[in-house]
Amino acid sequence: MTRSRALGGLRAAPPSTADLVIVGGGIMGLAIAYNVALRGLTRVVVLEASYLASGASGRNGGGLRQQWSTEMNIRLMQESMEICTTFARDMDINVWMRQGGYLFLVRTAETRAELERNIALQNRCAVPTRLISTDDARRIVPELDTDAFIAASYNPTDAVVFPWPFLWGYAGAASKRGARIHTDTPVTAIERRGADYLVSTPRGSITTPRVVNAAGAWSPRVASLLGLALPDWPARHEILSTEPLKPFLKPMVSVLESGLYFSQSTRGELVGGITLREPKTDEIKLGSRLRFLSAMARGLREVMPRLGDVKVVRQWAGPYDLTADGNPIVGEAPGCPGFFLCCGFMGHGFMMAPVVAKYYALFLLGRETHPLFHAWRLQRFAEGDTESEKMIIG
Amino acid sequence: MTAEDVAHAVAAGFETIEEVKRYTGFGTGSCQGKECLVPVTLAIARASGGAPADLRPFTPRAPLSPIELKFFASDEDDD
Repeated sequence: MTRSRALGGLRAAPPSTADLVIVGGGIMGLAIAYNVALRGLTRVVVLEASYLASGASGRNGGGLRQQWSTEMNIRLMQESMEICTTFARDMDINVWMRQGGYLFLVRTAETRAELERNIALQNRCAVPTRLISTDDARRIVPELDTDAFIAASYNPTDAVVFPWPFLWGYAGAASKRGARIHTDTPVTAIERRGADYLVSTPRGSITTPRVVNAAGAWSPRVASLLGLALPDWPARHEILSTEPLKPFLKPMVSVLESGLYFSQSTRGELVGGITLREPKTDEIKLGSRLRFLSAMARGLREVMPRLGDVKVVRQWAGPYDLTADGNPIVGEAPGCPGFFLCCGFMGHGFMMAPVVAKYYALFLLGRETHPLFHAWRLQRFAEGDTESEKMIIG
Repeated sequence: MTAEDVAHAVAAGFETIEEVKRYTGFGTGSCQGKECLVPVTLAIARASGGAPADLRPFTPRAPLSPIELKFFASDEDDD
């Protein structure tokens, strides 16, 4: 029973040269490695400071939605959903995808008006979201208490997945095509060497013409190794899981005003989180707090009172990677030729990675520059050319 | 979760307890690792040829035991 040691990453000296070094073994870095290897660029090295799935990619709620406020995000997520739909077959690994929809509840007329604008835009992009009454919301989820709400939006084609196997799928398929994935291998220095970069780790150094910073909440630290200041910052987001229940909840349920969200996984557990306001910090904090458990328990009991009798089994936290306009930072860093950014994904990088990594590979290979590379360029902040995404949850 | 699952995870390249947890899902069920952590640690060491004492346990998660959500729902947060 010998299998290739492909999924967990190597704890060994990396090669001394590569065509591309990717910093960060989350879904973004692994999916980019897979997508460039698939298209023939196989001298690729992924450097992960810890283990695969140790950051936000292994800590999120696994939601996939097409309900957004900007056309860019709607269209990208439509394509990402298509990739996810065939991912299990294409990558030979079960990701427990369940297309039960997303139901957003709203409390105020103001939020409802915003939702109506978003739905009109989503419909123009052929996403079948509908504004529904609270009575209709209870027809979809009979256990809901909708007294505090005035309307909801519902898109039946949104979905939930189990996040971890996405990483094994991308890691295994990238390794099979020649990419090398090194875990427990932190990047300690990045220095310019002529037209190349010298990327140092405790296990050895790599000379490469191109580096991708896909380190999520750790991306400002990675960029600072080159003296580059990034404007994204980390924010703790907590989440919990309950005991498994018989399957009863079809859609992901979310409250737009509070950022509460919860869905039922294919294992039967309810998994969810809620927004907690916190002061801005550069520190990555991943501790769990009673304050979250309490806010979550109150939020769940308000929308579904009978959940008070359900037991919470575990709580944990993951780092969101936030930006001022709610959109990511991608493309070549100004003043650092060959140093590419893929960060600031606002807590929805997981669901976006399948499509973003595809276009990132085409961009790195010089084959196609998707409009996202203009819209989400780092320079937009200095130029004042930003378009905010409003539907940020959690 | 069987000893064979652990051997399979180690053969696939997962050598630490955190990694085997994520690949197999062990430690995320009703016992939260209280019953399975030690046998799985021994099985990882056996499969990888390492010493059990060199394997660090995974991060324990609150609450210590499963508790009904209603017991947390009365703590008003003034935030």
